Amino acid sequence: MMKSVEFVELLERQGFNFFAGVPDSILKGVVSCLLERRENYYLSAVREDDALGMACGAYMAGRKPAVLMQNSGLGTSLNALTSLYLIYKTPCLLIISWRGHGGVDAPEHLVMGEVCTKILETIDIPYRVFSSERAEEDIQWAAETMSGQKLPVALMIKKGILV
Amino acid sequence: MKRQEAIETVLRLLTNELVIHCNGMVSREAFNTLDRPENFYMIGSMGLTASLALGVALARPDRKVMAFDGDGGVLMNLGTLAEVGSIKPKNLFHLCFDNGVYGSTGNQPTLARTVDLDQMARSAGYRIVERVNEKTALEKAVKTLREKDGPVFLLIKVVPEEKYETAGRVTLSPEEIRDRFMAAVGRQA
Repeated sequence: MMKSVEFVELLERQGFNFFAGVPDSILKGVVSCLLERRENYYLSAVREDDALGMACGAYMAGRKPAVLMQNSGLGTSLNALTSLYLIYKTPCLLIISWRGHGGVDAPEHLVMGEVCTKILETIDIPYRVFSSERAEEDIQWAAETMSGQKLPVALMIKKGILV
Repeated sequence: MKRQEAIETVLRLLTNELVIHCNGMVSREAFNTLDRPENFYMIGSMGLTASLALGVALARPDRKVMAFDGDGGVLMNLGTLAEVGSIKPKNLFHLCFDNGVYGSTGNQPTLARTVDLDQMARSAGYRIVERVNEKTALEKAVKTLREKDGPVFLLIKVVPEEKYETAGRVTLSPEEIRDRFMAAVGRQA
């Protein structure tokens, strides 16, 4: 378990300076923290693929972007990932809350909870299941991998890890 | 006015404006008419033209950023209008070439035939919303509007092609489009 503000500070230490997303309860502390930073630091997107579009534009204009979403948004994001990010080879950190992990959640989360990491594997997006014990290492790995490979990279966030 | 003529009219008036072109015929016609490093051709990801332009505009408030969208593209992600209208970036200019059809897939009708996209942009909070349907008015609108604070939504009514469209594809690779555009963004305004 770690405080959301510490998570945000680790992201900022790695140079992340453009945030967009659609909130989830697992990420509510992170979103609150980003919203308090300053105006338009975190952009409230209407859909997850729209957040990815903004992040891609911001990357091409010199920013280091991160997109926050519930794993349901991974479904919404598939075309943006495959026909924008993976062909133009642009990096982005995907901070994805893992609803339905282990089959314990509301019914609407169970299928995506089971398959979300398989989807990432299918489209060759590197990911790690985020651990608060090795938080700094995970975030550094994500930042280095996305910049080095020019790819989106995901950190999967389970319930109760960020408070 | 056909879309190709409208695209050419706008492109010829530009200087160093950054332009995100939507997928399909808009990208193809722009590429074949007046290719420039400031043109980003979004060859896939339909619906995300304004999202990309918004990201560029927010990251570089010192540069003028345009989205060349289509009616099908705007309709696919209508929520983005609300986003632009609420964030209100002054340097964002959203142009919609509205021919009422999905041109690159065989002219199937879009809902823009019955829904006024300019009214939707106005409701969403764009600062300036205008509609034009002929070349002289388009030239005048672009010259005037680009000196104003955005976000601007310019609905450009064009007539669809009668035959299936065959403009050549963008021959640059996606990575070439990206690198060239990033270099153009990096230049001072």
